[in-house]
Amino acid sequence: MSTPSADNGNTRRARITAVTSGKGGVGKTFVSANLAAALARRGERVLVLDADLGLANLDVVLNLYPKITLHDVFTGKNTLDEAILQAPGGFSVLLAGSGMVEYSRLTPEVRDQLLNVVETVKPRFDRVLLDTGAGISDVVLFTVSLADDVLIVATPEPTSLTDAYATIKVLATTQQRVAVKLLVNQVLRPGEGKVIRGQLQQVVDRYVSQMINADVKLELVGEIPSDTAVREAVQRRQLLLECFPGSVAAQAVGALAGRLCE
Amino acid sequence: MNARTRPAALDPHDLRLDAALQLLEHAGQGHPHGEPGSTAWLQGLIDSLCDISSRDALTGLANRRSFQVALSREIDRVARAGEPALLLVLDIDHFKRVNDTCGHAAGDLVLKAVASVLQDAVRPMDTVARVGGEEFAVILPNCPSAFGEAVAERIRRRIENRPVVISPRQEIHVSVSVGGAFAPQWVRSSATLWTERADLQLYRAKAQGRNRVCLEPTAASLVSAEEKGLLFGTSQFQDLE
Repeated sequence: MSTPSADNGNTRRARITAVTSGKGGVGKTFVSANLAAALARRGERVLVLDADLGLANLDVVLNLYPKITLHDVFTGKNTLDEAILQAPGGFSVLLAGSGMVEYSRLTPEVRDQLLNVVETVKPRFDRVLLDTGAGISDVVLFTVSLADDVLIVATPEPTSLTDAYATIKVLATTQQRVAVKLLVNQVLRPGEGKVIRGQLQQVVDRYVSQMINADVKLELVGEIPSDTAVREAVQRRQLLLECFPGSVAAQAVGALAGRLCE
Repeated sequence: MNARTRPAALDPHDLRLDAALQLLEHAGQGHPHGEPGSTAWLQGLIDSLCDISSRDALTGLANRRSFQVALSREIDRVARAGEPALLLVLDIDHFKRVNDTCGHAAGDLVLKAVASVLQDAVRPMDTVARVGGEEFAVILPNCPSAFGEAVAERIRRRIENRPVVISPRQEIHVSVSVGGAFAPQWVRSSATLWTERADLQLYRAKAQGRNRVCLEPTAASLVSAEEKGLLFGTSQFQDLE
């Protein structure tokens, strides 16, 4: 970065990471926001795009009351630049805002709008995090298809694991995703993330890899311990990294950022 | 190409068209309409040749070449419009046995009968193709996933129930195995990937005993009980619970 060569200085593009989960309520948006703050601390220019068009809540997590949102960009009321906001953690956000329910189905219009937004922000950032909605809808699948890599957030709960597995399977069979990053949130004891990765990998090896005739590899990029500080930060509607930077969960998010920068 | 350096006007009488006209006659198309050598006549000749080269000679279905063109077009359309499309691949079960025991003429009659049942079992907008010896494929644009199983099963049943008369005193029954996959909506994909996914389901149908339909599961019915069992079944996981 310090010595950009003549030809890549102007053509650098953001690495696009989709954050998805299958199941809702596993801390996807919490991870997106705090990971963005941790990456920003490492010197990256980060944008979080709230791609959960139907049920956006990044604004709630960040305690932001945006006047201009993606909705206004889609309707042509405002420009994209006007909708990009500075978030508390030193990164930029593009919020979906309310009134996006009509965009929760992926019409050709929404698809083109999303594609256009992502293409436009690509050259301006080092990293774009796409915070997708829950489930395996066509909007989620399309959003993930725009990303260079996928980060799946799961908790040790059986329902979360099942949905994470279903997501991996769909991404492998429909998009030929053979490398998936896994983050296990709310673990109760150290090493639980590794066990869960092993469980998922075992089923993936047995059923998914043979379906597509290629090895699908899950990479455990982190585990975030169950931590009362997370609950407290969410209640205060603040970033964990801002209000409890020394908590075990905050340190785990920092480690995750380090891993993703490798 | 620079318009000003265009070659001199084409004289159709300089062209060797005997082979082309012979091909048309053989295919039962007849000669093109219009004054021989005129632009309209030449266009008619080209159109007829295109038609011949996109069809399977025996069954009259789309051949492998035009199937590939249609498939690429459909992948583009699905990605742009987001309407689900289904690709079915079919294979006649034990076809070699028909050829070996009843002769190749009977084999041809079976292929023709299957082709005609296929064509009748789908909508006019669907593309039915013979892609190999006893292998067929159907592209069904704008086919919601809820209807996939029904249409594939209808095809399988109609072929099973349709006797093929191979001589005045002999008729035989054949069956097909059917594999299918939906084009991923909105997602960048390729015709090759789509075909491979449908082929995989065809192998499954064959492996499960033939004369059956296997469609790739859609997102709704994604994780089988067997997979869940493996996901939660090991003692390693129970230790942590």
